[in-house]
Amino acid sequence: MFPVLVVLTAIELGSGLVLDTFESVLLRYPSLLVLVPVTIGMAGNLGSILAARLSTAFHLGLLSFDPTDDRLAGNAVATVALAVTVFPLVGAGAWGLQSALGGTRLSLVSVVTIALASGVTLAVLAIAVTTLTTYAAYRFELDPDDVVIPVVTNVCDVLGVLVLFGVVRLLVT
Amino acid sequence: MTVREVAIEAYRESIPVLLLSAAGGLFAGVVLGGMDAELERVAGLLVLVPALLATRGNVYGSLGARLGSALHQGLVEPRFSLADERVNAAVAAALANGVLVSGVAAVLAVALLVALGRPSAPLMTLVGIALVAGFVSGVLLTIAVVSVVFVGYRRGLNPDTLAGPVVTTTGDVVGIATLLAATRFVLALGGA
Repeated sequence: MFPVLVVLTAIELGSGLVLDTFESVLLRYPSLLVLVPVTIGMAGNLGSILAARLSTAFHLGLLSFDPTDDRLAGNAVATVALAVTVFPLVGAGAWGLQSALGGTRLSLVSVVTIALASGVTLAVLAIAVTTLTTYAAYRFELDPDDVVIPVVTNVCDVLGVLVLFGVVRLLVT
Repeated sequence: MTVREVAIEAYRESIPVLLLSAAGGLFAGVVLGGMDAELERVAGLLVLVPALLATRGNVYGSLGARLGSALHQGLVEPRFSLADERVNAAVAAALANGVLVSGVAAVLAVALLVALGRPSAPLMTLVGIALVAGFVSGVLLTIAVVSVVFVGYRRGLNPDTLAGPVVTTTGDVVGIATLLAATRFVLALGGA
């Protein structure tokens, strides 16, 4: 497992450099700074729930890699529904906490919109990444428990930083 | 099961932990926001943040997934006992991986920053912070993962749905809190 972890760490350092580059934007809009760990975390969570469910279904012999597979499609639908439920709450929470602690430059609607747009984009990306990684683990005869969750969480972390700032660029600056 | 049934089951099983995890993530955000003095003093610390947080999720998420699959397959009993070799080996491997990778992350971050010509704190300062934070968070997260997976399983909950978000959430909160503590500790020892 150690070599996989080192590769994943190198990928995460890439997202650390992106954060470093966007430091001025984060300091200018503090509610976005509060949003950073939770957006990254939620993206990873959506991916890791999906990955864990697919891995166990795979271990139990219940999963086939076919777009019409009920278990695959049902879990994908649930992932999008979860994102649509949780991300607006996350946006409102970040705005509320930041308002209580030190004021915010962005409106409640802006922060909720940023969170929701990021969340839906991340849910779709998480489904693609998870399905591909689980399939790759199956093809290369690796244990999905060892491989899929780390790969999915890290790729989703990096995507979380990139998608958040993509959305902020489109909607704010 | 139809697509609709699968989706409803997955949604119902996941929403409580996700909401809990969102609350934890917001808390981690507030702690990160309060760390600005340390982030400014130790150049390169912000670059390490995603890598260290992810390492917590990776290593202890994998531990949770292993325990979950082992429980589903009946290889492990959901009892707290130091005599279970399978559980002990999984925990020891997770701790060793977690501490080592944290150190590697710090070395790579300094190399990357120097190569890019960006400012960086001394190597030993960042490595020291990463190792201390890696060890302390590892012990705390092992306790959290084993407890949640075993107790959840005994109460009839699916460890697969529990382990991931619980690890990423406690990983974020514990990860940022231990990073802050480790930074203060190393700075107090004379790192700069």
